Amino acid sequence: MQHESHSHGIDIGALGRKKQTLDLASEPVALEVPGLNLFYGDKQALFDVSLNIPKNRVTAFIGPSGCGKSTLLRTFNRMNDLVDGCRVDGEIRLDGHNIYAKSVDVAELRRRVGMVFQKPNPFPKSIYENVVYGLRLQGINQKRVLDETVEWALKSAALWDEVKDRLHDSALGLSGGQQQRLVIARTVAVQPEVLLLDEPCSALDPISTLKVEELIHELKSKYTIVIVTHNMQQAARVSDYTAFMYMGKLIELGDTDTLFTNPAKKQTEDYITGRYG
Amino acid sequence: MINKDSLTHHISAQFNAELEEIRSHLLAMGGLVEKQVTDAVNALVDADSGLAQQVREVDAQINQMERDIDEECVRILARRQPAASDLRLIISISKSVIDLERIGDEATKIAKRAIELCEDGQAPRGYVEIRHIGEQVRKMVQEALDAFARFDADLALSVAQYDKIVDREYKSALRELATYMMEDPRSISRVLSVIWALRSLERIGDHARNIAELVIYLVRGTDVRHTGLAKQGPAAAADDKA
Repeated sequence: MQHESHSHGIDIGALGRKKQTLDLASEPVALEVPGLNLFYGDKQALFDVSLNIPKNRVTAFIGPSGCGKSTLLRTFNRMNDLVDGCRVDGEIRLDGHNIYAKSVDVAELRRRVGMVFQKPNPFPKSIYENVVYGLRLQGINQKRVLDETVEWALKSAALWDEVKDRLHDSALGLSGGQQQRLVIARTVAVQPEVLLLDEPCSALDPISTLKVEELIHELKSKYTIVIVTHNMQQAARVSDYTAFMYMGKLIELGDTDTLFTNPAKKQTEDYITGRYG
Repeated sequence: MINKDSLTHHISAQFNAELEEIRSHLLAMGGLVEKQVTDAVNALVDADSGLAQQVREVDAQINQMERDIDEECVRILARRQPAASDLRLIISISKSVIDLERIGDEATKIAKRAIELCEDGQAPRGYVEIRHIGEQVRKMVQEALDAFARFDADLALSVAQYDKIVDREYKSALRELATYMMEDPRSISRVLSVIWALRSLERIGDHARNIAELVIYLVRGTDVRHTGLAKQGPAAAADDKA
């Protein structure tokens, strides 16, 4: 009988392995924010926010309404450019290059940094056309390329099996959860580097939510993911790192395990345990 | 660093009440267990078989308390998904009840020995040690529970460190009793009963130490089990949470 490292079919050696601890400082950086201030008119919304978003990890932003987490997320692909009176003071570097530099092509930036919103927003077109929309914008029209993209994008959004027989039906006929995964497929079809998710599950039922969360887990090997969520349990489930924001300031950014078991700051503790500070 | 008052600062008053309730249930169980230890030791030393019998009967009540508190823990985990200090509180309570229940079991074992020794009649050697170590571990249990009640990591640390002293005295008592047995082989069976009772007391000290370590985890968020406790001086209590 073999008794060296197996007992009851369990590999005893695995018990001695140290759990993998995350260390933000040693992660490769996807987005670098060295001190960002943001104003809506006279009102300052972000105060000297400094953080690094690690590559191929899921980073969650949590905090009460109006704390600036969505605002911060939107600065990552310059969505705030569309808001009147919004002024950004500081840099954000994507792979070392300032995305607020004058020379930056915003359309190209938004291809590299894709975004998914709270409510699924498929175009009133077929499922197929929704996925290839970004490619057509880039002038890609070869059927073979488009067909291939539709298949892998829908597969990577875990939607292919559910829609492969009705690719040319309207996307509006899909359920909310399917629509949200379609939007994710549309976003990944243009092969972004960073995926921004702004409350992607708040309009979905729990089962659809779990599917999207599972998808997030699978996508992180290819993309850097930043997610804003009001649902703290969701942040705890899906993210590697969690940032807690309050009143426009970054209070704490740390690995999710530590932040949810033993946060360093009292404000974080009060928020995640539902206390009034 | 958390303190006792922060327990009641949740937005949900219902959650405050649930946490307060489960905590008071734990302390009530702890109070009863502590009394069991005292009674068991007294029963043995005073050869009071009535008291020993009572200790054995109360054990069922302690077992029931363990089940009830565990059920409350599971319910809070399922319904509230506690985080941070709340999570540490529930985990600490859920683990502490295991230790408390085992302390109860050890007290029952001591009570059984007391009944055996009563039936045997003659008072054997070793009662001084039983009384002495019994008092020490009773105090450890009491202080571990006090530390839990007050979220006092420093007190918990001193309890955990005190366990070493108990272990040392237990060993020296064993040596002494072994000598008795060699001198008078007729006493072996009775002295063995005393040794088993001492062994139970030493285990009670270990369980009290476990509870104390859980209090440190609860308050500071650091797991001090199987680490050199000496390193965890009061300086480690310094905390950046303002």
